[in-house]
Amino acid sequence: MTAYRVATGGLVDRSKTIRFTFDGKTVEAVEGDTIASALLASGVSIVARSFKYHRPRGVWGAGVEEPNAIVDVSGPVSLTNARATTVLARNGMIVCSVNAAPTAVSDRNAFIDRFARFIPAAFYYKTFMFPTWSLFEPSIRKMAGLGTIVPEGAAVPAADQVNVGCDVLVVGAGPAGLLAALRAAETGCKVILCDDGFAVGGSLLHRSCSIDGMDGRSWADETVARLHALGASVLTRTTAFGIYDHGLVALSQLDAVNGRDRLWRVRPGKVILATGAIERSLPFANNDRPGVMLAEAGLAYLKRYGVAPGRKVVVATNNSVGKATADELSALGISVTLVDSRNGSEIATVNGAKHVESVTLSDGSTITCDAVLVSGGFTPTLHLYCQAKGKLTWDETLQTFVAGAPVPGISVAGAAAACFDIALVVDSVRLALSQCEIDAGNTPASALSLPAFDISPAWPKAGQSGRVWIDLQNDVTAKDIELAARENFVSVEHLKRYTTLGMATDQGKTSNLAGIALMASLTDRSIPEVGTTTYRPPFTPVPFTSLSGARQETMLNPPRRLALEEVHRAMGARLMEYGGWIRPSHYGEGPMEEAAQREALAARESVAIFDGSPLGKIEVVGPQAAELLDFVFYNSMSSLKPGRCRYGLILSESGLVYDDGVVIRVDENRFIVSCSSSHVAGVHTMLESWRQDRFSTDKVFIHNATTAYATVTLSGPKSKAVLEAAGLVIDDATLAHMTTSEVSLGDLAVRVTRVSFTGDRSYEVSVRADQAERLWQLLSESGKPFGIAPIGMEALLILRAEKGYIVIGKDTDGTTLPMDLGMNGPLKSKRVEFSGNRSLLTAEATRPDRPNFIGLEVMDDGGPFAPGAHGIEMTEGRLRSLGYITSSYHSPTLNKPIALALIERGYSRIGDIIEVQHLGARRRARICAPCVFDPEGDRLNG
Amino acid sequence: MQIFTCPFCGPRSETEFHFVGDFPKPRPDGMAKVSAEMWSDYLHNQNNPKGAASELWMHMACHEIFRMDRHTVTHEVTGSYALSSEAQS
Amino acid sequence: MMKKYSALTLFKEGLNNQKGWVPAWRTARPKSRYDVVVIGGGGHGLATAYYLAKNHGITNVALIEKGWIGGGNTGRNTSIVRSNYFYPESAQLYDLALRLYEGLSKDLNYNIMLSQRGMLHLAHSPAEMEIAARTVNAMQINGIDAELCDVEKVRSLVPDYNFSPNARYPVYGGVLQPRGGNARHDAVAWGYARAADNLGVDIIQNCEVQGFIIENGVCHGVKTSLGDIRADRTGMAVAGHSSVLGAMAGFRLPINSYALQACVSEPVKPSLDCVILSPATGTYVSQSDKGEMIIGGGLDRISSYGQRGNLPMLETVIAGLMEMFPSYRQLKLMRQWAGIVDVVPDSSPIIGESPLPGLFLNCGWGTGGFKAIPAGGTLLAHLLATGKHHDISRPFDLDRFTRGRMIDEGGASGIAH
Repeated sequence: MTAYRVATGGLVDRSKTIRFTFDGKTVEAVEGDTIASALLASGVSIVARSFKYHRPRGVWGAGVEEPNAIVDVSGPVSLTNARATTVLARNGMIVCSVNAAPTAVSDRNAFIDRFARFIPAAFYYKTFMFPTWSLFEPSIRKMAGLGTIVPEGAAVPAADQVNVGCDVLVVGAGPAGLLAALRAAETGCKVILCDDGFAVGGSLLHRSCSIDGMDGRSWADETVARLHALGASVLTRTTAFGIYDHGLVALSQLDAVNGRDRLWRVRPGKVILATGAIERSLPFANNDRPGVMLAEAGLAYLKRYGVAPGRKVVVATNNSVGKATADELSALGISVTLVDSRNGSEIATVNGAKHVESVTLSDGSTITCDAVLVSGGFTPTLHLYCQAKGKLTWDETLQTFVAGAPVPGISVAGAAAACFDIALVVDSVRLALSQCEIDAGNTPASALSLPAFDISPAWPKAGQSGRVWIDLQNDVTAKDIELAARENFVSVEHLKRYTTLGMATDQGKTSNLAGIALMASLTDRSIPEVGTTTYRPPFTPVPFTSLSGARQETMLNPPRRLALEEVHRAMGARLMEYGGWIRPSHYGEGPMEEAAQREALAARESVAIFDGSPLGKIEVVGPQAAELLDFVFYNSMSSLKPGRCRYGLILSESGLVYDDGVVIRVDENRFIVSCSSSHVAGVHTMLESWRQDRFSTDKVFIHNATTAYATVTLSGPKSKAVLEAAGLVIDDATLAHMTTSEVSLGDLAVRVTRVSFTGDRSYEVSVRADQAERLWQLLSESGKPFGIAPIGMEALLILRAEKGYIVIGKDTDGTTLPMDLGMNGPLKSKRVEFSGNRSLLTAEATRPDRPNFIGLEVMDDGGPFAPGAHGIEMTEGRLRSLGYITSSYHSPTLNKPIALALIERGYSRIGDIIEVQHLGARRRARICAPCVFDPEGDRLNG
Repeated sequence: MQIFTCPFCGPRSETEFHFVGDFPKPRPDGMAKVSAEMWSDYLHNQNNPKGAASELWMHMACHEIFRMDRHTVTHEVTGSYALSSEAQS
Repeated sequence: MMKKYSALTLFKEGLNNQKGWVPAWRTARPKSRYDVVVIGGGGHGLATAYYLAKNHGITNVALIEKGWIGGGNTGRNTSIVRSNYFYPESAQLYDLALRLYEGLSKDLNYNIMLSQRGMLHLAHSPAEMEIAARTVNAMQINGIDAELCDVEKVRSLVPDYNFSPNARYPVYGGVLQPRGGNARHDAVAWGYARAADNLGVDIIQNCEVQGFIIENGVCHGVKTSLGDIRADRTGMAVAGHSSVLGAMAGFRLPINSYALQACVSEPVKPSLDCVILSPATGTYVSQSDKGEMIIGGGLDRISSYGQRGNLPMLETVIAGLMEMFPSYRQLKLMRQWAGIVDVVPDSSPIIGESPLPGLFLNCGWGTGGFKAIPAGGTLLAHLLATGKHHDISRPFDLDRFTRGRMIDEGGASGIAH
C-alpha cells in the first residue's frame, strides 16, 4: 500500500493494482481510484502549477469543482485539460501536469511568482505598449494555455447524440435526487436521473447517515434498484450542462472506457435540480498551498478511495457541516485539530514552501500539520436554475445565494435548495415535487444525523496581510479584488473581466462568492447588491465531439447525389461539388482544364451527353399558374403557348437577379420551372410565398419534382441523329427550338425539350429517376457511331461562356439588376405586377453608370485573363475598380482566350480598351459583346 | 432548440421553419405610383419588437405559411394560426 | 487626472502595493444638460464620446449606459479586427477603423492588445478561388493589404487544418489579410472610457433611456431612469436594441435583431496563429492570448432579443470546427454566450441622422461591429459635432434604402460582415 492509503474502507478494490505515470514518475493506484486519489495516496503533493504565477498546487476538490489538478492524459485514452478528480486511473496512462515544464514539482517558470507584485490583475493593459504589443505577445502566448493539443493524437471517436423525452428529469443522484426520482417514478412518471459522479449517492458516498434503517450507501443502492424496477433511467458520469429554449436540457455523458461520449437532448416535463452545493474556501494567507483542500473533498478521499488527506490534519471552518466533517475524520482515526471561527479561532497563514507544514492562527499560535481542510460554507449549485432565468436571492443566515421565485417547471431540492442538513432533505424533496405538481403522497420523514446548519461569515477582508487566494486557477488574490475596486471596476461583470475571477476552466465554482463578498465590503454594498455574473452553459466543460456528433466528412451538410453517380464513376468521371450536388467535373485522366477543352471541342464537333438532372423541375399547376409565374418572373410567361418554352429571370423584391431558368408550358394550366440546380429550394419557397400571399391557393399548386426525374442532355450537331438512332424520330417542325414534347423512347416515357445552354442544337431528355440509367445507356449506345462524348460541368461552363450565357452567382453577384444583363424589355412592356418591379425604378437602378455584362478580348498573348481580375481606371489620382471578370477561359472552338465581365457602363464602351489588374499585374482588354461564338444562332438548328 | 407549432403538422423543431416577415405586411402594388419611401418601408423596415411579436413563418416541410405569435425575449410561443385560404386574387 | 500607464508606473506601484492607482473613470451623476448625449456605453458609444472630446473639443458630453460599460456586444464578440472588404465605401470605413486601432494603444495609453496575426478566409472550390481573386484584387485596388493564398500557403499558416482527401470541404486557397487579427475587446471599451473620462466626458452607468425629449419634432435629449437629460444633439450606438430606441423616437428601422453566438474552449498551448474562417462550414476561430479557442459562426435562425446561446447553432458551429481542425476534437467547450446584433438587409452599418432631427444613428453593424469601433466613433462624433456627414460615412446614411444604393458585401464577394 502507498503512503496515504488506509488499510480498509472506500469503494476501491485494493487487490487490483493499477500503474500509470505522472510527470514521468510511476504512480501506483488501485482499481476505483481517480487520478487525483491515486496521486494523493502516493503522496504526490504538487500536481499542477497555477496559470499566472506558476505557484505549486495540490488537489483541491474531489469532483467537477476542481480548479487545480488539470492534467493531460495520453496512452489508453487521450484527454486534454482533464480534471484529475473526475478521471479514473487506468493502467498505462501517461499523465502530465499542464502549464509546468518540465514537471509540476520543478517548474522552470516558478520564478514568476517572485515578481507577482509587479504583475497584479490586468497589468497587461498598462504596459507592453512600446514599441508595440506584437513584440511581447509571442512570448506571452507561449506562457499561456493549459494542456496541449496533440495534432497527431489518438482520434477521438464521434459521440452519439440521443433525443429523449421524459416526465421528470432529476439532476443529481445524492440523497435528495434519489428520493425525488423514486417518489416521482412511484407515481408512474417516466423519470431520468443523472449524476456526474462515477456512482450514485452524492454525499451519501462519504457522509455517515442512516435512512430508513439503512446506511446511506445501501439506501442509495437499493433506491437505484427500485428505480430500475420502475423503469426509470439512471445515468452516471452524466452532467446536465445546459438548459435551453423551450425546456430543452442537454446532458453530457462521458464514457470512460471507450471515450465514446453521448449527448442527450432531453425534453422533460419537469426538472428537479438536486445538484447539491459546492464548498467554499476560507480567506487566510497562502490558502493555495498544496495540502490545503476542501474539507468535504478530504472526507470523500478517505471514505470513497481510502486515502487519508494527511497524517495530521487541521480542519478550518466557519460552519457546522465543516465541524461535522472534522468529527467524522476524527472518528475514522485521523488526527484532527479543529479551527472553528465560530469559536473565535482562525488561521492567519499557512506555512511551508511547497506543502503545508504548519498553520499560524490569528492568536499567533502555530499548529504543525500536513494538511488543512477548509470549509468556508456552501454555495448551492444553481447554474441550471439561473440559466433558466431563475433569480437568486441572498440568505444572510446561510451566507449564500439561494434560489428565489420558482421557475415554472423547475424545482430545487436538497443542498441545492440550501438544505445542507440531510434531515431537511425529505421535506425539501416533498416541496420540490409539489412545485412540479407531482403528487407523491405524504411520505414520512426518514433519518436524521446532523445538526441544523450554522455558519458565521468568514469573507476575505480589505487589507488582510499576506496573499489570500480567491480564484486558484487564474491566480486572483484578495489584493487583485482591492485593485479592481480602487480603479472603479466595481460592477460584478467588470470585476470578473478585469481580474479574470471565475474565468478559468472551473468557472469559479469554489471562488466567485468570496470575490463578490470582498468587492461588496470594499464598496460599502451588500453581497446581493454586487450580485453574481450571468450563469451560462456549460456547467462543466463539454467535449466538442459530443456537440458535433456524427456530422463529419460527408455527414456534415450531406451533398446531394445523382441517380447516375455510379454510371459516371464507371466512365471515369471526376466528381466535384457544384451547388450542393456531387457532379462530374470532367471524365478521364489528366488535368481538369485539358479534359474540359477536349470535351467542349467534342461537343462542338459532334455530340455530347451530359447529366443535367439537378436542374430544377418545379411544376406549377392550375388555372392561376400563368398569373403566378407572371408575378414571380421578370419576363411574361402567360403569353407562352402550350408546348413552348421561354427563358426568364426571377427577381427578388429588391429587383436583384435571384435566378434564371427556362419555363416550359406543358399545357394551358401546367408549367415546369427549370431553375438553377442550386436555387431549387429557394425558388420553390419564393413561388409558395407569392402563391399564398396573392393567389387562390385552390387555383394554383406547386410541386417540386426535381429529384423525381433525371435529365440527360444531348448537345451538338449530331444530337438529332443520336436521338433518331435511339428510335425517336421528330422533325424540327414538331420539335422546334424552345419547344417540348412528351414521347416514348423505346419503352421509356420521356419529355424531350429543345433548349440549349451550349449554343448548339440540344435536347434535354427527362425520365423517371429510377429509369435514368437505362436512358443514359440507350443514348450512349446510340451515340457511339457519332463519337458521342460524355462531358462534365467544366466543359459546359466553357461552351456556355462562348455564347455569353450567364451562370447565376458567377456572372452575376448580389447586386445585379436585369438591366445590367441587357434585359430592359419586360420593365418597359410588362403591364402586370411582378416581384421586384418597384425596385427597378430607384435612383440606384436607373443611374447611368451601372455595371453591364460584356465580353473582354485579350490584346496580348498572355493567355486567358484571371477570373476575378478587375477593370481599373485612375480617377482623381486614385485607382478605382470598374468591375471585374466573372468568367474566363481558353475557347477551344475559337482557339483564343475569352472572358465575360461586369464593367461600369460596359454597353456604351463596346470597342473601348481598358486596363485589367490581377494581383498587381496589368493587361489591356477590349470590350466586346458577350457572345463570341455563332452570334446569329444558326447552330441551334444546325 | 425551440419548438414551433405548424397549424397543419403540429409541433416541430425550429430548424424546420423559415421566417417570412412581419404580420401583416401588405405589398404596395402600382410601380411608379408607389413612392420610394413607401417601397423602402415595405421592403426594408421591420417592427422588430422586443417582446410580443406577430410574424409570418413558413414550415419548410409542408411549405404552408402561417402566423405565429411569440415573445422575442423569453421565446415563449403564444399561438400559431393558419391564414385564411381565401386569397385576394 | 489620469495616471499614466507604463512599465515604470507598474514597477513603482508594485513597490507601493498598488495603492497609487486611481479610478479608470469617475462614477458620474448626470447633469440636467449637456452639449451632446451619447446613448450606449459599448465600444462605439465610448469611442464617440472620446472623439467628440479629442477631435472636436466638445467635452460637455454625457455617455449613458443602461448597464455596465462594455457589457453589450463589445464584451460578447470574438474580438476580430480586419478590413477585408470589397467595395471602396466599406474599405474606407473599415480601414479607417483598422488604422485607428493600429495606433490606439498609444493614443489611449491603454494596451488594447492589438494582435495582427492575420485573417484567413478560405476558398473551398475553384469557383470560390475565383471569388477570392476578385476580393483580393478589389482590396488591393482599394489600398488594403491582401494576399491570394494557394493551398501551400494555407498549409504554412494553419498546419493543423484538415487537408485530408476525405475532408468535406477541400481547401483550394484563400484570402489573407495580414493586418487582420484580434484586439482585446474589454480593453477597447475601458481604454476609451478612461481616455474620454480624462477629457471630461461623464460616463453614467445604470442609466436607462426611457424616452426622448421631443419638442417641435426635434430631439432635445433623453428621458432616463435617472431623470431628463437635455442636449443639443443626441447620438445612439445601441447595437441590438436600435429598433427599441427607434420605436421610442417614433420610427422604424431596416433592422432585425438576432442572437449571434460565440463560445470558447478551455485554454490550451498555442496551436493556431491567425484568425481563420471557412465559408463552407460557417465557422471561424482564433486562439486568444490566454489560449482559449474563440469560436463563432452564423446567426441564430430565429430573431431574438434573448441574450443567450442555443443548442442547434452551437452544434452546427462546432461540427464545422471539428471538420476544419480534427485535432480540436480533443478540446472541450468551456463557455457559450450570445449577443444581440442589428441585422440590416445589406449587412452594412447605418450612420447618419435619424428620421427624428437631432438624433443621430450608429447602428446596423450586424455581426461585425467590434472591428469598426474606432471608425464608428469617429464618424458619429463628426456627425454630432458638425451636423454633417464625414465623407466616409455619407454612403452609409439611412437614405441609401430609399435610393436603393445598398452596399452589399455579402452579395459582392461572399465575405460576410
